Amino acid sequence: MNYKLILDIAKSLLLARWKQTLVAAIGVTFSIAMFIALLGFMTGLNDLLDGLILNRTAHVRLFNEIKPNPNQPINASDAYKTHHNFIESVKAVGGRLEIYNNAAIIKTLNADPRVLGLAPKITAQVLYNSGATDITGIVSGIDVDAETKLFFFNDYIVSGKVNDLKNIANSIVLGKGVAEKLLANIGDIVQVTTSKGDIMPLRVVGFFQSGVLDIDKVQSYASISTTQKLLGKGNGYITDINVKLKDLTLAPAIAKEYAQLFRVDTEDIQTANAQYETGSSVRTTISYTVGITLLIVAGFGIYNILNMMIYEKMDSIAILKATGFSGKDVRRIFIAISLSIGVFGAFLGLISGFLLSAIIDQIPFNNPGLPAVKTYPINYSLSFYIIGTIFSIITTYLAGFFPAQKASKIDPVIIIRGK
Amino acid sequence: MSQIVLQAKNINKSFHDPITVKVLNNINFSINKGEFVSIIGKSGCGKSTLLYILSTMDTDYEGELLIDKQEMKNKKEAQLAKIRNEKIGFVFQFHYLLNEFTVLKNVMLPGLKLAKYNAKEVEHRAMEKLKILGIENEALKKANQLSGGQKQRVAIARALINDPLIIMGDEPTGNLDKKNSENVFDIFKQLTQEFNQTLLIVTHDQSFARNTNRIIEMEDGRIINDK
Ligand SMILES: Nc1ncnc2c1ncn2[C@@H]1O[C@H](COP(=O)(O)OP(=O)(O)O)[C@@H](O)[C@H]1O
Ligand SMILES: [Mg+2]
Repeated sequence: MNYKLILDIAKSLLLARWKQTLVAAIGVTFSIAMFIALLGFMTGLNDLLDGLILNRTAHVRLFNEIKPNPNQPINASDAYKTHHNFIESVKAVGGRLEIYNNAAIIKTLNADPRVLGLAPKITAQVLYNSGATDITGIVSGIDVDAETKLFFFNDYIVSGKVNDLKNIANSIVLGKGVAEKLLANIGDIVQVTTSKGDIMPLRVVGFFQSGVLDIDKVQSYASISTTQKLLGKGNGYITDINVKLKDLTLAPAIAKEYAQLFRVDTEDIQTANAQYETGSSVRTTISYTVGITLLIVAGFGIYNILNMMIYEKMDSIAILKATGFSGKDVRRIFIAISLSIGVFGAFLGLISGFLLSAIIDQIPFNNPGLPAVKTYPINYSLSFYIIGTIFSIITTYLAGFFPAQKASKIDPVIIIRGK
Repeated sequence: MSQIVLQAKNINKSFHDPITVKVLNNINFSINKGEFVSIIGKSGCGKSTLLYILSTMDTDYEGELLIDKQEMKNKKEAQLAKIRNEKIGFVFQFHYLLNEFTVLKNVMLPGLKLAKYNAKEVEHRAMEKLKILGIENEALKKANQLSGGQKQRVAIARALINDPLIIMGDEPTGNLDKKNSENVFDIFKQLTQEFNQTLLIVTHDQSFARNTNRIIEMEDGRIINDK
């Protein structure tokens, strides 16, 4: 086929009506730019919100839950094996939160190639003493380095130095909400009562703000050794091991595997945070819907221009057919016109979309709940650009196809007779 | 032995809108290579209708049409387009030049479509055709910058570009003044004499017809005279 000739004719027809074609192309540009900016922004927001929870959540958490033994004595009885046994008021017995033999478990986990890293943790229920009242709260004993590396602990420290927690003995980083209630400043000493009744003074070295108010009102952090002292436990005492995997999607399977292997309770991130996934997918769906709707509108613009062009160029189409161009050639000419509008518009759209994203990226976004974020979040994923291009080419092809089909069916005899 | 270029056998055609009217009735004739034939007849007697059938653009008829000894019935749209491109040159009453293109490009288009020669050669050949018609100086102008007579000459050059077996014209001088009409006639005459070009021209200009080799006269869809 003589594509060069077809493109040449398409180009001439297009340039003869360059103003209208430019308007049609701008329609595509606008929709692609909006598509990219919208998706970039929405996904940026998703990443941010997911990060708020997911970044700081272990992919697999190992812990011991105090709960009744699922194997009650009646189950051991051969006589009642085939019966339904109803036991009421079963109590948990001998419950210990400690993970036994955790040094060996940590060693095994570190050797597992699927594991990115792990952070041991102690959770202690406490009361913060403030004058006559006590405020209930949680002190988490953490390995500062591992927590910073794996769970971005650093990002949430709004004042004070994270390393002081490690370097200063008996120090604590208070949740912002806790600090406000206690009227505590950095350098102050706060009294903390453990669930066993022991009171311990701790020096405030920083404030912590997660962005989730309910957490900030109860949560504080101390080093593992400080927390062990607080609880009166030896230095092998650990209640949780938070594992971060290389591949998050493997979490449910690995969680099950570890539960069996180490005889502990495990929880995977998918189970713990199912609702955040839904929020993300709703936002993404909305963005795609809006973007594709814009593209379809742009497609109608192209459809109109082509119809008008064909109406104006009836004579030219008739003579092309009379001198030996087939219906197929004519169709190709108009599809070429439509696709050029689409490709040109999409190209400009990709650039404008990127620029628009970059501009949004500069707009200040100061939320006290999100200390690590200074401007609106934008995701620059290449996939939006690819999807935008593919969709624009599909819509412009379809927008061109029907007018082109009509042009290819024009009967030159009717046109020539009409003159 | 003269060679038959085009042959019509028992061609009949009716229009069915709004009522069935028979416009062509048993048309039989053939044209030999190098003949300059004119078709005359009163307005509405079916001359254009016949020409559109002979040119393969209208396929809705009964009877047989042979061009270059090939049967045209049962050919597909694309095959007919190829035959028009290769074997038939057209000149209509209206010039049908594409205003987006230069005169030269207008002439070249059917040649580029045929792609028998490369673009450079097609351009060279288009220039030669324009020279035959005495308008080579207008080659680089846009089509809409020419006068009516010049446009019609460009249309003839375009009809010539692929060295067609036959040139068909539907009142090609219908829109021209006397001087330009004579000019176009002289070009046709020159084409038959110098290049042995076969021509089939519909006209209502008696003096034009009188100077051709053969006149086919029609009335009410029939051939009443062929000499
Ligand atoms: N599309 C059509 N539908 C119905 N009748 C038509 C149509 N086209 C032409 N006719 C009729 O066919 C007859 C022949 O027309 P035409 O071939 O154009 O005549 P001529 O070219 O000799 O003037 C006329 O009576 C005309 O009215
Ligand atoms: Mg007519």
